[in-house]
Amino acid sequence: MDPVLENLDSYVAGFLVSLSIILWSLLGSLLLGLLIAACRVSPVPPLRAFGSFWVTTFRNTPLSVVLFACAFGLPEIGINRSFFFFGVLGLVLYTSAFVSEAVRSGINSVSAGQAEAARSIGLSFGQGLRYVVLPQALRTVVPPLGSVIIAMFKNSAVVGAFGVGGDLWSTGQTLVSARGYETLPIFIGVAIGFLLITLPAGAVLQVIERKVAIAR
Amino acid sequence: MSFRRTALVAGVTIASLTLAACGGDGGDDTAAPAPDVAESPEFEPGTAMAEIAEAGTIRVGTKFDQPGFGLENLQGELEGFDVEVAKIIAAELGIAPEDIEWVETPSAVREEVLEGDEVDMVVATYTINEQRDERIDFAGPYYEAGQQIMVAADNDTITGPESFTENPDATVCTVTGSTPSEQIRPYLADPGSQLVLFDEYSQCADALRTGQVDAVTTDNVILLGFVSESDGAFKLVGEQFTEEPYGIGIQQGETAFCEFIHETLRENEDAYVAAWEATAGQVEGTETPELPEFDECD
Repeated sequence: MDPVLENLDSYVAGFLVSLSIILWSLLGSLLLGLLIAACRVSPVPPLRAFGSFWVTTFRNTPLSVVLFACAFGLPEIGINRSFFFFGVLGLVLYTSAFVSEAVRSGINSVSAGQAEAARSIGLSFGQGLRYVVLPQALRTVVPPLGSVIIAMFKNSAVVGAFGVGGDLWSTGQTLVSARGYETLPIFIGVAIGFLLITLPAGAVLQVIERKVAIAR
Repeated sequence: MSFRRTALVAGVTIASLTLAACGGDGGDDTAAPAPDVAESPEFEPGTAMAEIAEAGTIRVGTKFDQPGFGLENLQGELEGFDVEVAKIIAAELGIAPEDIEWVETPSAVREEVLEGDEVDMVVATYTINEQRDERIDFAGPYYEAGQQIMVAADNDTITGPESFTENPDATVCTVTGSTPSEQIRPYLADPGSQLVLFDEYSQCADALRTGQVDAVTTDNVILLGFVSESDGAFKLVGEQFTEEPYGIGIQQGETAFCEFIHETLRENEDAYVAAWEATAGQVEGTETPELPEFDECD
């Protein structure tokens, strides 16, 4: 593993870039995904249609195509931001569709009586969703949402191919082809870097699941 | 929509290169004149040359996406300077161009295919450097390129690599894992935000066109191709600031093969010049190279 140790500083720099992609995307896709899920179950038909449209579009488009459209399409219509921004945006658009579906499955698992009871004590749709349905739904949703989140962490490696310099994956790529190191140890190093992010995340999710799980 | 655009750009690129190559002599072929294939050449038994001549085919690694050097055209044929150089060497081994087995070798796999004996030689804009030399051997160099900077025609702030230290907001694009990506680093105030990396130079050129990046850097011969296609939208600035000697990669310890390649190139300098003029030399602004001084084979 000498090549990894020799380039530890490059790895650390790459790790930090990947980590910041992941944290911004996590924040963005959870918020947006929740919003889209709310649209999908709302009583307002145009909102429902919008939610379905969103999920259908982004869940069925390959991530690389979404990222390509962000990194090359948006500048074409005059939107100029950093490639880091485009990368995170693409990842958020894509992941939010999956987050929304996971959350919706949780909402569907809450029995209709709960929402009806909320209505009957005078709560609006939004209030009922916020105070009665979502708290129950989010508890059920931890395991499927966990899979979506971990998949997103790994997908962050794809962002490196769309102009975001210096993330973990492209660091490995640079070490191999520009500096001439052997492929295997370098990419084992990259894999370890990602495991350092995904394994603790998995552990945290498990703790949350144990804490909030409800028996039905 | 973006996908269609890229396909279009790729199409136009190939078409314009083909047109450029056809222009002038009114010929219908983009290739250099076919080299004379040696008839039943004799080699010392046990050498790489003897083995290749015996097999009747040579496995050559090259790039399939490098305009001017190694590019697969719409007919599925390879064209470019690297391709022609490989044909000259193969001919001396008694192998006709159609008997060459081409293997696509992007930058990242070039050492590996040689180490794994998947190819006999790699001719793929392959910069000779010490680290690579530890794993494989190089014959040549057969061409000296140099890294330069390309910017939009109306850009006056970037005049050379030093401009990136002075303008920490300026961004420069190049290809992931390439030598240019390493060579530009010392000139950057903050590589993390100034260096933009893509898989292909055409994506960098696209980003330069939309103003997403301020400059593109790589070997001048590649940039000249983009400048001549851009219809005046791009220009080169500053002098070349590195030397990139392109070598022919062969397996470690094949000293005899290395010497054979040197001898072949020296004896076929006319074919070498013709190969250049039919390929990369078609791009406006390039100069026909002379065969550089070869390194020692050891």
